[in-house]
Amino acid sequence: MAEHPLGIWVYIEQEKGQVAPVSWELMGEGRRLADKLGTSLSGVVLGHQIDKVINRVFAYGADSVYAIDDPLLEPYRNQTHSHGLVQLCRDHQPEILLMGATTTGRDLSGSVATQLATGLTADCTELDIDVEKRKLLQTRPAFGGNILATILCRDRWPQMATVRPRVFPEPEAQKAPSSTVVRGKLSLQPKDVTVEVIKRINEERKEGYLDGTDIIVAGGRGLGTKENFQLVHNLAQALGGMAGASRPAVESGWISYSHQVGQTGYSVRPKLYIAAGISGAIQHLVGMQNAEIIVAINKDPDAPIFRVATYGIIADAAEFLPIFTEEVKKRMEGKAVTAKA
Amino acid sequence: MNIMEGAFVINIAVCLKQVPDTSEVRLDPKTNTLKREGIPSIINPYDAHALEEALTLRDQVGGQVIVLSMGPPQAVQSLKKAISYGADRAILLTDRVFAGSDTLATSYILTGALQKLMQEEPIDLILCGKQAIDGDTAQVGPGIASRLGWPLLTYVSKVEKISPQAREIMVHRKLEEGREVLRASLPALLTVVKEINEIRYAPLPDLIRGATYAVEIWNNEDLHLDPTQLGLKGSPTWVSKTGTPPLREKGEMLGKDQASSAQIASLLAERLIPDIVVPNR
Repeated sequence: MAEHPLGIWVYIEQEKGQVAPVSWELMGEGRRLADKLGTSLSGVVLGHQIDKVINRVFAYGADSVYAIDDPLLEPYRNQTHSHGLVQLCRDHQPEILLMGATTTGRDLSGSVATQLATGLTADCTELDIDVEKRKLLQTRPAFGGNILATILCRDRWPQMATVRPRVFPEPEAQKAPSSTVVRGKLSLQPKDVTVEVIKRINEERKEGYLDGTDIIVAGGRGLGTKENFQLVHNLAQALGGMAGASRPAVESGWISYSHQVGQTGYSVRPKLYIAAGISGAIQHLVGMQNAEIIVAINKDPDAPIFRVATYGIIADAAEFLPIFTEEVKKRMEGKAVTAKA
Repeated sequence: MNIMEGAFVINIAVCLKQVPDTSEVRLDPKTNTLKREGIPSIINPYDAHALEEALTLRDQVGGQVIVLSMGPPQAVQSLKKAISYGADRAILLTDRVFAGSDTLATSYILTGALQKLMQEEPIDLILCGKQAIDGDTAQVGPGIASRLGWPLLTYVSKVEKISPQAREIMVHRKLEEGREVLRASLPALLTVVKEINEIRYAPLPDLIRGATYAVEIWNNEDLHLDPTQLGLKGSPTWVSKTGTPPLREKGEMLGKDQASSAQIASLLAERLIPDIVVPNR
């Protein structure tokens, strides 16, 4: 290679102009990493009629945008997007490529990394830079989420990582003029495309979005029974929040997977996270450790959850939850009366 | 080709990984290391669903199911189990030079084995689980599809239709908020989610067959793969350190001094008030 690969790229996941928030979260983190490494930050936009999206990428701090506009790129298909992204990487040699660990990001990243014969670290919960070695330090839960591993990619570029949504905060969009847009072409003909999207079926998540809510009350195996898990719902309701759960609680069938918090469930960053009867396995901690306030309720004083707790209470969650729920209700009532007076 | 012979059947390869049952893994609180002893090995649960789907499709259309696994010699156990579930043939890819492979090297080895298999007979479909529970990377399936240049369909929750005659497959694919229906040409590679099926119990004759079946063993003398792309040497990613999550600011333990639950509940509510989480009276 004549020149060393340079620049941090963020794949902007979009469809019909709708951008996945994780792309903006990655632009925020990408800016920090690019400044630390002393290099540029670029967004990569693949799609059709994408000019508006390109302008927004500059508002999130891009120095430049790489783009391919082609009707074959919408709706998303692995074949067309991996083809376009691989081509852009080969032509422009980025040093680092980041993507959201969404369904699309996971589908795409494995294909792209293989075609570029480079390393890929999935579902990172922390990123940093070794400035001297110019290495991306990619931290993720390993071994079933029981330990955190920091992974490096040696002698291959781009260094690729996917990051779970809500791991990084979404930055504010700034007023920024559009700058350099490097446009590529998709060298695919319609007849080359072997997959066809016949239809999309949108299924709204009835319970709202766990990863977008301010208050989460989560229950774990320490609650003991499915009946006791109702106490989690009761407190969540009293607080105007949502119910979450650890993986063991979901696997026990106490609540559906759509409430699971952790590496294989949702990553969340609410204002308040109450962990009731959750011991705090690493695969759970990585999904909630960015909450502003963490309340841990557990019988076991040595439970790892207390290591991240803002407030810890050593108690049987099944006994404490109803008492606290009553306390909350009492205070909420008081508030309603005061408000009227 | 099957089509030339007029016999429309499908041959399906299933990639299985034998994994430690990570839900049984515990961290030693004193040393912060994993307690690995005595953890049972199982077929990666998502791969078990891939196998079940392969068996169902074979029973509907005709053809055979071949299971492949890369791993240590002990992984024959999972392959024998796959035979007992009803798979027709099982191959273990095992060699010291494969050890330490990351996902890039693993997809290279599995693809090499699949290509060798395809010199013997055509493969129409490859099924994998969406990810393995020990690594949770979800990269090997897409890696194999890329290397073969086959259509990739990930997070498949339903096979709507498969037409060996028309050489195409229609599937439902799970998305963040809903699903999509896709049509792809065959051959193709699918990775599946648990919702795709319910795993049946193996019937007795198959249990006996599984116990007596001799799993085929392939090493790199059979595959002739480029040694620089195998094992640790062929793996661009490496673990530089392991640890536990960074500690947050030291928290406050409430009610250590033998307070009653009601007092602690009141104390907690007080603490949360300044943050406007529980509105003040």
